[in-house]
Amino acid sequence: MTPSYEEFERVMTERHTRPVYDKLKSARVAIAGLGGLGSNIAVSLTRAGVGELMLVDFDRVDLSNLNRQQYEISDLGRYKTDALSEKLTRINPYITLTRKTVKVTAENAVGIFGGFGIVCEAFDRADMKAMLINTLLCECRDTIIVSGSGMAGYLSSNTIKTKRALDRLYICGDTVTDSADVNGLMAPRVAICANHEANMIIRLILGEKEV
Amino acid sequence: MMIKVNGENREDFDGKTLSELLCGLGYKTSYIAVEMNGDIVKKDSYSTVVLNDGDSLEVVNFVGGG
Repeated sequence: MTPSYEEFERVMTERHTRPVYDKLKSARVAIAGLGGLGSNIAVSLTRAGVGELMLVDFDRVDLSNLNRQQYEISDLGRYKTDALSEKLTRINPYITLTRKTVKVTAENAVGIFGGFGIVCEAFDRADMKAMLINTLLCECRDTIIVSGSGMAGYLSSNTIKTKRALDRLYICGDTVTDSADVNGLMAPRVAICANHEANMIIRLILGEKEV
Repeated sequence: MMIKVNGENREDFDGKTLSELLCGLGYKTSYIAVEMNGDIVKKDSYSTVVLNDGDSLEVVNFVGGG
């Protein structure tokens, strides 16, 4: 049986304290890309009790995703927005989820992400990362972006760091290892990087601007 | 005549455009974001922004994977 809203409230308040949980619960975060980074970030933010997530991805779950993304065999062929929102609802049914099954472009990005104070960039391709970040930094002057760059392969975990790269841009990753140059992406480093992003987002929600 | 790029002094770009500097340092414009004196620079301005003594640039280069 699904625990009641009141039971969730009691447990989360005990875990986080009331002031912290209230801030998390009233926060809204947009996640751009629901692959290895975005799916892991969404799970962590849901478990932490972030009140509203917007999930953005145009793609469907493919077998090649299962090595690092939060999907299962039963999700193959489904839109990532649908599969992930179901998974998140199984973790906490009392958060608000919005799904946007759309390919993000320089033309539609402001319409999708405008109004979100925190946007999490979790795309796969470097040009897509740059496109989203340039568009939002130029057009949405109140938006802070947390981005992932450099998490391929099986280099030391300790090369992955969080940096404040620009005034409104935080970057998590080793910033140099391109997935095109090494033997692909693996669950551990992708999840480490994803949780650097998730933790920076939680820090921003709680008023901490430093990395 | 000094221009600062990611904290390092560069002497040879005074009077050049931002595009010329980025190209000279080997950046591909489709993979980067640039802040100049604390403000983000629009991509379509790279070729018209002229660099002056004392300008400070932060160039962020993105790599693939996610």
